[in-house]
Amino acid sequence: MDLFEYQARDMFEKHGVPVLSGRIADTPEQARVAAEELGGITVVKAQVKTGGRGKAGGVKVAKTADDAEQAAADILGLDIKGHIVQRVMVAAGASIAREFYFSVLLDRAARSYLVLCSYEGGVEIEQLAEERPDALARVSVSPLTGIDLDTAREIARQAQFPDDLIEKVAPVFVQLYDVFVKEDATLVEVNPLVETEAGDIIALDGKVTLDENAGFRHDDHAALADKSAADPLEEKAKAHDLNYVKLDGQVGVIGNGAGLVMSTLDVVAYAGEEFGGMTPANFLDIGGGASAEVMAAGLDVILGDPQVKSVFVNVFGGITACDQVARGIVQALEMIGDQATKPLVVRLDGNSVDEGRAILAEAGHPLVELADTMDDGASRAAELAAK
Amino acid sequence: MSIFLNKDSTVIVQGITGGEGSKHTALMLAAGTNVVGGVNARKAGTTVTHGDVTLPVFGTVAEAMAETGADVSVVFVPPAFAKDAVIEAIDAGMPLVVAITEGIPVQDTAEFFAHAQKSGTTRLIGPNCPGIITPGEALAGITPASITGTGPIGLVSKSGTLTYQMMFELRDIGFSTAIGIGGDPIVGTTHIDALEAFEADPNTTAIVMIGEIGGDPEERAAEYIKAHVTKPVVGYVAGFTAPEGKTMGHAGAIVSGSAGTAQAKKDALEAAGVKVGKTPSETARLMREMVESL
Repeated sequence: MDLFEYQARDMFEKHGVPVLSGRIADTPEQARVAAEELGGITVVKAQVKTGGRGKAGGVKVAKTADDAEQAAADILGLDIKGHIVQRVMVAAGASIAREFYFSVLLDRAARSYLVLCSYEGGVEIEQLAEERPDALARVSVSPLTGIDLDTAREIARQAQFPDDLIEKVAPVFVQLYDVFVKEDATLVEVNPLVETEAGDIIALDGKVTLDENAGFRHDDHAALADKSAADPLEEKAKAHDLNYVKLDGQVGVIGNGAGLVMSTLDVVAYAGEEFGGMTPANFLDIGGGASAEVMAAGLDVILGDPQVKSVFVNVFGGITACDQVARGIVQALEMIGDQATKPLVVRLDGNSVDEGRAILAEAGHPLVELADTMDDGASRAAELAAK
Repeated sequence: MSIFLNKDSTVIVQGITGGEGSKHTALMLAAGTNVVGGVNARKAGTTVTHGDVTLPVFGTVAEAMAETGADVSVVFVPPAFAKDAVIEAIDAGMPLVVAITEGIPVQDTAEFFAHAQKSGTTRLIGPNCPGIITPGEALAGITPASITGTGPIGLVSKSGTLTYQMMFELRDIGFSTAIGIGGDPIVGTTHIDALEAFEADPNTTAIVMIGEIGGDPEERAAEYIKAHVTKPVVGYVAGFTAPEGKTMGHAGAIVSGSAGTAQAKKDALEAAGVKVGKTPSETARLMREMVESL
């Protein structure tokens, strides 16, 4: 889960990372009040989970509270790379002397942590990495030892910080690593980290990605989710503990196992090419134990998607027996009753497949069709969607 | 022959008394695996019975190893306790630890993986994986043993159900070993580790490699294949239709910006001379042709 800048700011503050005061505002009037409270020059910043907001007009300096109100009026509602700005942060102004870059992230390839750090900050980091790789230090950090002050100094040295700055930035690197570990983040990025004219080190803009698997030990993380941006169908699925992702197509997909469901989406899209470009409407993994309740909840979500014209249920019975899955489908259709109006193509294979197919054949539900293979099922579901 | 697991493997189960642990202990026994006991600190000294087999429950992994000579531990411990369980097995010197548990915080995995590397004695498979099966010999995990029997194909996959699907499609040919390495961002055994072992295994004559969106392990595996693998490899990659920035079921299955796409993985594999199927059935067909031509 990616955080908004203001959420990252709050999290930094909680762990002792130096940040500037900032207040959120959802209306120009709130921005004016925030600017009045902060006093002096402020910066009004769009809160969107994407980069490049400065270039898009999403960051404005305000000399007065009037300016801040006007800036918020200009910024709220802006479309920045498809993200509509619904909230701004009014932050205290700072006179910047120098800008740096620091991030710590999960390194999938090395199966460890990686720090990226540069004395030259404030630029697009991908651009810096490409054009001037020598200016960007890459330091591997062991999860067993982490970042202590000595490691932090070494990182600053490798990033070519001058000696007078090393002692100033090193404690901040340690604090940022604290945020990374204590909040179970997969990314903590500060760009820019600045030295002010007064000589203070401040994290001016932050990006944090949290590991949702670690939610069980962070009760406060759930409240950070952006409910306004969530798709209503995804919200509904989440309430049922279903692994669902909304897509744009017409063929609803239900399967078991993340890999098989991803594969099913691809096979549906290939098959759909034959039928006027039908594509999958969603990803839905009902997991190992496909009980009737889970199947009913899944079907309920998918049938609630007005774009869905047909549904493909693709299950390989591993540990889950196909007869249980078949019973789940029959019971789910009974539970849904007249609400079920779209054709269902069902492919079952593996454990207890004959019993499973027999149960569906016997139930003889007018909307349910059996397919022999995954390819056949995908093709038939796409064909039905195109009708 | 096989990789990592064979008929001589002696298996304990961490979390043997829990729901999943109990169910799969029975299935592992039914598959002919030499399961010799389990671990649960709170139930030490008790036993569990599956059919006519009664197994002791030990308080620690070290004790279980000393008493039974176990060399494989399968971990079904819930996410919040998985790190401690895996580290306990590593500290006890367990040669192979298979972590089935889904939903472990990735920093916990990073920590116990670093611990395993430091120990130098433990191979870790998973987490968030179906485990490993050497058909006809042993099962350490949750792969259905009834799908197929022994044969010349080695299989390595991030996904459990795609492993089952591929084993099913090629059930008349059979498998030397099928290993599910898991769908998390950090896993203990990689595609490359499995490819290296299959290349060295005399009973494996061809290899199926299944990947999916996220990270670049398939790209690195492609480079490895080009440089080190002489046996024929057929590949499959899932997730061509996955949108950017969305996690597709597996914690590691996410396209970030232009990184981790299925197309990039397919291209890398093809550039390394690997035939890549468009669908599971086409992949199976390519493998069938490959085996028949050998």
